[in-house]
Amino acid sequence: MKNLKLIIQREYLSRVKKKSFIITTLITPLAIGLFIFVLGFILSYSDSEKKTIAVVDHSGIFNKPADLAKSGNTSFELVDATVEELKANFEDTNFDAILYIPEIKNLYAQSHTIFFYSEKSPSLDLEMVLSNRVKNKIRNFKIKELNLNQKELDALNTSVDLDPEPISDTAKDKSKHTNAVAAGLGGFMGFIMYLTVFIYGMMVLRSVMEEKTNRIVEVMISSVKPFELMLGKIIGVGGVGLTQLAVWAILIPIIQIIASMFWGIDTSDINQLSMDQAGIDQEDVMGEFSMIMSEIANQNWWSIIPLFLFYFLGGYLLYASMFAAVGSAIGDDMTEGQALTIPITIPVAIAFYIMIVTVQSPNSNLAIFSSIFPLFSPIVMPARLAFEPPIWQMILSIVVLIGTCLFFTWVAGRIYRIGILMYGKKASFKELFRWFFKQY
Amino acid sequence: MNSILSVQQVSKHYGDYTAVNNISFELKPGQLFGLLGPNGAGKTSLIRMMTTITSIDEGSIFFNQEKINSDTPGLIGYMPEERGLYKKMKVGDQLLYLAQLKGLSKKDAKAKIQSWLDRFEINDWWNKEINELSKGMQQKIQFISTVVHEPKLLILDEPFSGLDPINTNLIKSEIFRLKEAGTTIIFSTHRMEQVEEICEEIMLVNKGRAILKGNLQEIRNQYKKNLYEITLDQSPADLSNLPGNIQEQVDNQIIIHLEDDAMSNEILSFFTKQGIRIRSFKEILPSLNEIFIQSVEEVEA
Repeated sequence: MKNLKLIIQREYLSRVKKKSFIITTLITPLAIGLFIFVLGFILSYSDSEKKTIAVVDHSGIFNKPADLAKSGNTSFELVDATVEELKANFEDTNFDAILYIPEIKNLYAQSHTIFFYSEKSPSLDLEMVLSNRVKNKIRNFKIKELNLNQKELDALNTSVDLDPEPISDTAKDKSKHTNAVAAGLGGFMGFIMYLTVFIYGMMVLRSVMEEKTNRIVEVMISSVKPFELMLGKIIGVGGVGLTQLAVWAILIPIIQIIASMFWGIDTSDINQLSMDQAGIDQEDVMGEFSMIMSEIANQNWWSIIPLFLFYFLGGYLLYASMFAAVGSAIGDDMTEGQALTIPITIPVAIAFYIMIVTVQSPNSNLAIFSSIFPLFSPIVMPARLAFEPPIWQMILSIVVLIGTCLFFTWVAGRIYRIGILMYGKKASFKELFRWFFKQY
Repeated sequence: MNSILSVQQVSKHYGDYTAVNNISFELKPGQLFGLLGPNGAGKTSLIRMMTTITSIDEGSIFFNQEKINSDTPGLIGYMPEERGLYKKMKVGDQLLYLAQLKGLSKKDAKAKIQSWLDRFEINDWWNKEINELSKGMQQKIQFISTVVHEPKLLILDEPFSGLDPINTNLIKSEIFRLKEAGTTIIFSTHRMEQVEEICEEIMLVNKGRAILKGNLQEIRNQYKKNLYEITLDQSPADLSNLPGNIQEQVDNQIIIHLEDDAMSNEILSFFTKQGIRIRSFKEILPSLNEIFIQSVEEVEA
């Protein structure tokens, strides 16, 4: 027990003290902050060039000064001339482009072509602004000309919200956002699980291989039991993983806040920009946003966080012990090892895709099976947590996972103790299987 | 005196292959014991059982009258043939870690490591990474890590492989010093000539079996062929009356076979009477290599 503690300590400290660890742990949140900054910059980027567009309106829809309001750096000017005249003296005018709106001859026509004359074709942004503006104008024009009632027309626009209600009175009422929030949260947690299993599992694999190639392993097992060495390594690396996740969980929000303060770029800016283009009402969105936030706050974090940690540890232990067993068999030849890691990575990848489907239909048979099947449950169950799966499924999943973890660690230990002393033997699954049953 | 290590009819099988076949031997405290045999003879398999790395298939091993158990590794210092260190660790941390795993307290370990570094005059190495050291330097650290917990039994598997002559001598003198201090030492190697200068007791192993064991001097006497080599100042004129049979003569060097040890003096007087000066006269004892080859042949015959 004392040795196990020493091993864990060394495995943990030797990694946490490493420069590369400190750098990646600190740089990753910074990189995410930088990414948000760059994203904001890109999304808020608009044509910096000032442009004036001459509008030749033969339809008579541009009749108020507000119709010619500036959009970004582009200003409009109504010109009382024909397109041909403007084109002839284009060099002498200070216009950058000409927008020609032909007369609307048929009020029932559902399409109307307007013309844009310029040296360069218009940007997508500008095209959208122009066509949206003209579309609204034409609509108003048609309403007026056809003597339609604006109020009645507005009444035709109905938005439908589906509010899920429980049948029994005791069950918790859900808002229409509950499922979306749960899906987002579940997907996020499932994704983190997927990443960590890979990153830290591979870390265990590499470390076991290193000990074998360094030839330190026989020195070690003349002092400690191979199982202690393997377990100490798995726990130590797991601690490194938890440390990294904890640092990120604290740093990423902080950096996000700092980034938005410093550069004056707010994630809401980005939202607003995309809303502008989609033509969504700002106030509506703010309402939705606060509802989503309160939905997130309403999650049962007291059970989600401990369960997430449990599945993190369980999944990690399960896969790390398999990686350790394979690592012990590989030794010097990494290319040969690649083939042995594939059978481990396949279930992780399958679980990841099941997780994506699970988030959409959390109570399907596939989701229920996968959240109990121990190779998938560490990734799939966290994705279901926010949907509040039935208690019996939770308990079954936890019990099965604990049992499988113990079993896999035991199996891995048996393979490991033989593998680390085998040099120059080509490792295969048949070989690993034989080692498992070997008396040593 | 009670034996410190007693190996009793021990066997080890790997599948159909028998790596160690019914080997027994005893070690007395303070003995320097040579475990000899070609590569693949079963030396390492035998050692791994003594250090509890692998289990014993048949027979039993006692350490200090007690069946070997999980406490045994702490009393043994084992330097495997396949050895290494954590490359990225500092010398001091590395030694501290390995010493603590052997059961030393941190404070104890620190003091002992310091005195060993002083002994090798490398006390400024504490903060060096293993990576920065040359191969020979790493071997010194490896040796310290093996002996720092003052083991009762020291097992060295090919300790001189990869060492230059200077470091070989350094480690050799340390081995002697530890032996004088009462440490029992097992020295395992396939290079017989290394053992001839060091060990008192030996065991020859081939194909998993112990084919010869005992006191090195006695074994050599047992295998000697009563051959003597005499070197003279000049080529002798007439050798017809020389006692014994001449095996070989190169100029003034003669190898003679004697039926009886007592006849050696007669040879000396034969030459001195003739007024021929004798430069050297010695008995040719068989080398361990020769003994090994001969005993393998005997066993297989």
